[in-house]
Amino acid sequence: MLTFPSGQAGLGARRAGCAIAPSSTVITRPRLLTLSLLMAMGVSSPSAHAAAKAPQATLSEMRKQIDDLRAQYEARLKALENKLAQMQQERQAQQGQQAQRASTSTSAASASASPATNSSAPAPLAATPPDAPAMAATAPAAATADTQASANGFNPAVSVILSGTYASLSKDPSTWKLSGFVPSGDEIGPGGRGFRLGESEFGLSANIDPWFYGALTLSVAPDDKISAEEAFVQTTALPDGLKIKAGRFFSGLGYLNEQHAHTWDFVDAPLAYQAFLGGQYKQEGLQAKWLLPTDQFIELGAELGNGHGFPGNDRNRNAAGSMALFAHTGGDIGDSHSWRAGASWLRTQATNRSWDDTNSADQNVTNAFSGQSRIWALDGVWKWAPHGNGTRTNFKLQGEYFRRTETGQLTYAYADPDNLGLSANTDAYRSAQSGWYLQGIYQFMPAWRVGLRHDRLDSGKVDYASNAANFIATGTKPQRDSVMLDWSPSEFSRVRLQLNNDRSREGVNDRQLFLQYQMSLGAHGAHSY
Amino acid sequence: MNTTKLRFITLPALTMLCALSTPAHALKVFACEPEWAALTKELAGDQASIYTATNALQDPHQVQAKPSLIAAVRNAELMVCTGAELEVGWLPVLLRQAGNPAVQTGQPGQFNAADYVRKLEVPTRLDRADGDVHASGNPHIQTDPRNIAAVAQALAKRLSEVDAAHASVYQARLQDFNTRWSQAMQRWDKMAAPLKGMPIVVQHKGFPYLENWLGLNEVISLEPKPGVEPSSAYLSTVLTQLQKQPARVIIRAAYNDGRGSQWLSERAHIPVAVLPFTVGGSDKAHDLFGLFDDTIEQLLKATK
Repeated sequence: MLTFPSGQAGLGARRAGCAIAPSSTVITRPRLLTLSLLMAMGVSSPSAHAAAKAPQATLSEMRKQIDDLRAQYEARLKALENKLAQMQQERQAQQGQQAQRASTSTSAASASASPATNSSAPAPLAATPPDAPAMAATAPAAATADTQASANGFNPAVSVILSGTYASLSKDPSTWKLSGFVPSGDEIGPGGRGFRLGESEFGLSANIDPWFYGALTLSVAPDDKISAEEAFVQTTALPDGLKIKAGRFFSGLGYLNEQHAHTWDFVDAPLAYQAFLGGQYKQEGLQAKWLLPTDQFIELGAELGNGHGFPGNDRNRNAAGSMALFAHTGGDIGDSHSWRAGASWLRTQATNRSWDDTNSADQNVTNAFSGQSRIWALDGVWKWAPHGNGTRTNFKLQGEYFRRTETGQLTYAYADPDNLGLSANTDAYRSAQSGWYLQGIYQFMPAWRVGLRHDRLDSGKVDYASNAANFIATGTKPQRDSVMLDWSPSEFSRVRLQLNNDRSREGVNDRQLFLQYQMSLGAHGAHSY
Repeated sequence: MNTTKLRFITLPALTMLCALSTPAHALKVFACEPEWAALTKELAGDQASIYTATNALQDPHQVQAKPSLIAAVRNAELMVCTGAELEVGWLPVLLRQAGNPAVQTGQPGQFNAADYVRKLEVPTRLDRADGDVHASGNPHIQTDPRNIAAVAQALAKRLSEVDAAHASVYQARLQDFNTRWSQAMQRWDKMAAPLKGMPIVVQHKGFPYLENWLGLNEVISLEPKPGVEPSSAYLSTVLTQLQKQPARVIIRAAYNDGRGSQWLSERAHIPVAVLPFTVGGSDKAHDLFGLFDDTIEQLLKATK
């Protein structure tokens, strides 16, 4: 049913396309038309060039010939269109008949015990050969396949990321923590030991219509949990470099935050991301980006979100729980160098964001924070490739600095197992902590890259007010050094070896080894800078 | 004192004026590859200010969607690219990040040259096991001057659509270009006559249109699969193949890494011809005419 009107529309559009050819000069119009006709016939273009250098005298004669030719072809095209329409009508009628026959014949075959149905069957059916029902059954199936093919043409681009790791950790990962920092959720730390399925991703994306683009990325965690990593719509038709995104998306904060894990250069996220953003900061809300009309790349962005992600939490409020502002700029230095730098600010709200902790007497306690977190981030990337051609060798230097301040109230609660009593105290809380990482990735020959990364955090100042008696407020500086080697036989596959010397726990050296594969199937993803 | 001061002011002012002497309303064109920048220049002259996204030493399959390109796409009124998935790894990102509705897919502001030529090597099956294949055929269409001629017609039409006020300029320049181009094509056909039927080895499957035009006979490719770097084991296979079926020359583009072809050249005792592949790929290939002059010259030189 669908094929007929869509076919019509296609032909109509093509004719309209011919009609809107520019009428600026009389000569060019027929020539363009004939050229396209000649090309359609498989005749190569030099003949058109013979026309171009023809002397002026014969030009009018040629024009006449071309006009004749055009008239002829237009007539033929018209005839063909009519014929096609007629054929489609016939076919549709046939399909209708066949479908009718198929339904009656199958009912006849299956319900042989009910002569009442048989008697109502049309007369021609009695004369059909024994294999007729099978034929009739396949015909509509073929018709559906046709319609499906045309419908599938509009299917979104599908991509799948498959990833898996093997981890050998010298220390029990359940004891992993960032000393001096509030735990930021489940998605941090080195993960489990041994073989493990990495985060597999399933992505769908397409233009929705001339005004919107949409993308959905589902991630399958090793524990079989499926979650929507990103699900957003984005405008494509707003003027003047404006874009608005709505839904769930990675915040434009910093540099690495916007990138999916499979494009990272190391197996794990930098410690600063783990400490301050719980791995990666997702917004659920709105984002507006504006690209300035300058030759220099300058992008300004603002986000409003529900702020459910760490360091905020679900506060059961109508108002936006998080707000982000960011600015990025960048450019080239000669053919071989390019760079991008940015500054971002994020403010989130938390109400009773609780976590398990130990007090100064090493007893298990529960803390809850209510208040505001503010994050400042600076990011910079510099890339080098000889003459801009990175196929053989290239280098990338990337670094980010984060500073977070939290102000509000801290509720300290200790449930004494012996006295069955609960001692709790709420008082002001203020912390100012920071961290950074710097990494360099060098491709020394095609397919092979080596990388080095240094992570460092500073637990800074934490002011517990009257709760201070319960905590030892010592400044800690968790650190980590990582080195990696990866091999990418094509742009769709990568195998990586990474070694970490993780000193996130105070006084503990955790030596970690990771082996990882990352493969991408399906649509050719384009990578952002 | 005063005069020198004045000179200090007027000199920069004059240079600025000179810089602005291209029409103030010049059409802003973003050209993905140098050949389309050159063609736009032929057809638009000073009427367009052209930004070339890549250079001849870059592999057009692998380009970073870097900030400078995003800014350039944002300000473009017309985007002239190859299409046929050549830029699939970077252009979609630029288009999404630039926020410029005029050059989005399906808009008159987006021109894909490959839409206007008959494409070769259209795969009958799509499987990444076959390497970096392009669903709509080989995208390296610029190595055949007949394709350039076909694209020129379409591009002039598009320029006239996007910038209707100067349609007559584009049409006049197209006429002029056509005349010069057909003369040049006659010259090239004559020059390249001895190359007909010549067996060649290519580094990357980037030359089917050139082979089709000049009647070259591609014996084997150095890449085991399109886009896959030649391994030393595979190069030995190529060498054995060449002993059975000799070739006259190894062809590579200026942007290709030269080691594989050099290795083979020394062992198979056949020369390497480094072809400019696009405008700017050699000193002589400073425009489209130079591109084909030099391509043929290099081929002739290597076969002497």
